Amino acid sequence: MRVIAERFVVCILAFVVLFAVSLLAATTLNAAPFDDALLRFTTDDYSDTDPAIGEIAATGHAMAAPVISALRDGRLMFSAATKKVFIREADGRLLDAATGQPVATSPVPAPADLAMVRLNNRLRRTVDAAMGALTLLAPDPTIRLQAAQAVFKSRDAAALPTLDAALAKETLPRVRKVLNEARAAAILFSEGASESDKVDAIVVVRDRGDQDALGLLSSLPATTPALVARAARDALTAMQQNLALWNAVQNFWYGLSLGSVLLLAAIGLAITFGVMGVINMAHGEMVMLGAYTTYVVQEIIRTRYPWLFDYSLLMAVPLAFCVAGIIGIGIERTVIRYLYGRPLETLLATWGISLILQQAVRTIFGANNREVGAPSWMSGSFEIGQISITYGRLWIIVFTGVVFVALLGLLRLTRLGLEMRAVTQNRTMAASMGIRTKRIDALTFGLGSGIAGIAGVALSQIDNVSPNLGQSYIIDSFMVVVFGGVGNLWGTLVAALTLGIANKFLEPYAGAVLGKILILVFIILFIQKRPRGMFALKGRAVEA
Amino acid sequence: MIAALVTRLGDRGTAIMVLTLMAFAVLVPILNLVVPPSWPIHVPTYIVALWGKYLCYALLALSIDLIWGYCGILSLGHGAFFALGGYAMGMYLMRQIGTRGVYSHPILPDFMVFLNWKELPFFWYFFDHFWYAAIMVVLVPGLLAFVFGWFAFRSRVTGVYLSIITQAMTYALLLGFFRNNFGFGGNNGLTDFKDILGFNVQSGGTRNALFAISCVALILGFLMCRAIITSKLGKVLIAIRDAESRTRFLGYRVESYKLFVFTLSACMAGVAGALFVPQVGIINPSEFAPANSIEAVIWVAVGGRGTLTGAVIGALLVNYAKTYFTSGFLAPYWLFLLGGLFVMVTLFLPAGIVGAYRKFMAQRRERAAVAAAEAASPVPEARPAE
Repeated sequence: MRVIAERFVVCILAFVVLFAVSLLAATTLNAAPFDDALLRFTTDDYSDTDPAIGEIAATGHAMAAPVISALRDGRLMFSAATKKVFIREADGRLLDAATGQPVATSPVPAPADLAMVRLNNRLRRTVDAAMGALTLLAPDPTIRLQAAQAVFKSRDAAALPTLDAALAKETLPRVRKVLNEARAAAILFSEGASESDKVDAIVVVRDRGDQDALGLLSSLPATTPALVARAARDALTAMQQNLALWNAVQNFWYGLSLGSVLLLAAIGLAITFGVMGVINMAHGEMVMLGAYTTYVVQEIIRTRYPWLFDYSLLMAVPLAFCVAGIIGIGIERTVIRYLYGRPLETLLATWGISLILQQAVRTIFGANNREVGAPSWMSGSFEIGQISITYGRLWIIVFTGVVFVALLGLLRLTRLGLEMRAVTQNRTMAASMGIRTKRIDALTFGLGSGIAGIAGVALSQIDNVSPNLGQSYIIDSFMVVVFGGVGNLWGTLVAALTLGIANKFLEPYAGAVLGKILILVFIILFIQKRPRGMFALKGRAVEA
Repeated sequence: MIAALVTRLGDRGTAIMVLTLMAFAVLVPILNLVVPPSWPIHVPTYIVALWGKYLCYALLALSIDLIWGYCGILSLGHGAFFALGGYAMGMYLMRQIGTRGVYSHPILPDFMVFLNWKELPFFWYFFDHFWYAAIMVVLVPGLLAFVFGWFAFRSRVTGVYLSIITQAMTYALLLGFFRNNFGFGGNNGLTDFKDILGFNVQSGGTRNALFAISCVALILGFLMCRAIITSKLGKVLIAIRDAESRTRFLGYRVESYKLFVFTLSACMAGVAGALFVPQVGIINPSEFAPANSIEAVIWVAVGGRGTLTGAVIGALLVNYAKTYFTSGFLAPYWLFLLGGLFVMVTLFLPAGIVGAYRKFMAQRRERAAVAAAEAASPVPEARPAE
């Protein structure tokens, strides 16, 4: 009897022990493979790191995502001596990779003892795929979207179950779309999927239609069945045509952007040269002064009123207009008015002025480039179809349009504009009608210079603000005005956009520099054919 | 015939200019080579090279004055012809380096070896012969000017428009020569020259010889310009400058005259460039910069447009001032001075130094004549002659 009782106790005890052990095992069930996998990072061997990444992702441990993202960013450290893995935070603190707690315990590993877990390109792909799988189910939709894109690029067939799970839960259509594309990519690269699934997948990838999709379809594995391969080829041709179209749209957009920059730089010249007939070689320096005005405005705002930074450009526009305009009026009053009717002398004198202005700016601000920042509403971009449009370019185009329309309105609708046109068309008649021609001359020149100053505000966003800023625009500006036809704002508009777009369409074939040379040669030949530009004034005014 | 030519060319300014330059050509090498360095009148070699450079600029200014001062064509791209002539000479000098280059390639210049080129591009053929390079020095700028002018003058591109497209031309060439695959050494240009006609480019003797040759070239260019402007051709050119349409209606083929003088001027600029390169030892694309061409125009304007002597004086004066100012503590202010020069000369000295001098002399003569007339006939005439 006692024996039986003893046995029973032993059994109970064994049971309890077994239960305790199994309980212990259950709690560490997640932790053990995670720690094992972590341990593999400490061997500093690529062939160990690779499976470890997959294992860590597979555990679903709470620390899996931080560890892998630290690995990707090169912040995952290990100590070969203590066989421990750490995550280095941005502020330099070390976290224990197994627990996520800061390392506070006494033997804080010396920095010399720590080494980074190294990656190569193959491993980076594995990391991205693992991150993709980990983050496909993240609560934040932007993270899910990025994860789906990552899977699309990694074409990891192993992610299929996660993708299906994510698709089942997904409610946002745009994330769904990318998830579907990622799934299609995974199917195309998986061994087991059926032919019909693969053909369906090709349709999905084709509808995506971008460069990545093109790359995916053109690098299908060799084991792909013939039927699928043919479908892929068909899809490829369709996509290439589509992409060529988008490429053209993209070139057109860049051309429009360049054209608007040219227009902005040339439009002031269209007033001084086109309307007044004054060859103002200092025009580029007016642009430069506008850019430096922007710089000064931003400096003041930065040091005194930082919260106004987003409005700095808006404030710079009227100031740049005034600065350049007043200097322009000063130049007209002191130099140019003595040289009317002597265009070649005007050219030389204004060139001299441009040298003086450049040197003055160099003396005051130094010869180095000055930094002009972009306000928050000008940075970033959005996508339409296959092209990405930056807000900076978009705003410059809009701004150019506004300046152009305002100038046109000023010349057409206001009294000042009327008097300007009267003086340029028939000076003596205008004078006898009581228009003070000299005052109008000065104001017209001031207007042209002021517009150049405004252009400088916009150009400060896309070009280096240096004393040589103006020099790089002066020849282009003259080309635009001469090409468009002197004395015609619409001609200037058409010329600027034509040259900008032609330049951008030539660039892929000829390269940037050769494209520019071709444009210059074209303009030189064009002027031979039509010496007065595209939209020449006709009638008596021409020879005057 | 020679006597006739001499009487035609020989006004006092010409005689002074030619004799001064001749004296320079003889005296400077003597003062450099024969006079020992300890003597105060010894001319150091770097001065010889520096003034040799100025003389080349003077020849360039002369070529600009011929078309601007006498035919009203303001070219803002004459630096392009100067640089093309320079490149032609530079190519000859490059091929003379031979195996002494860094890569010791017997045929290819260093930069081609560096770019991994296997054979010489066709436009580098024959440049190992001096006579061929010498022809190209004149031919290449001349041909470019001929083609450019043929198009421009025939379609009556005049005045400012011509100035702007000449500027575009030199700008396009600037961009082109900056490219490595253009075959002219990219932005480093051509440099590291060793020999010219078997003489070491660096040696004092060669430098003095080049200086003397520059003087002679300037004299010849000057006399040629003089011969042109005093001939009937020159009268037509001046007529074109002053009233182009009227000259055309009188039956002259204006574009042919312009084309001739433009091409000739480009050839002169090319020669100037060719003499310039061995003296400074480098030619690179920055010579094509539009600013250089405009600066050359201001030399002419300072000296006096349409005077020939003025072009030479202006070039020497402005360049001497440039060297003086850019080497000392005044360096940051040089651009102020140059810019001020542009403005002041156009406003207050439209005829330049020589023009102002001539005007002053003419006024003095007139006053003297009036005084003499008054002395001769103290009683003024009561009524004007009929």
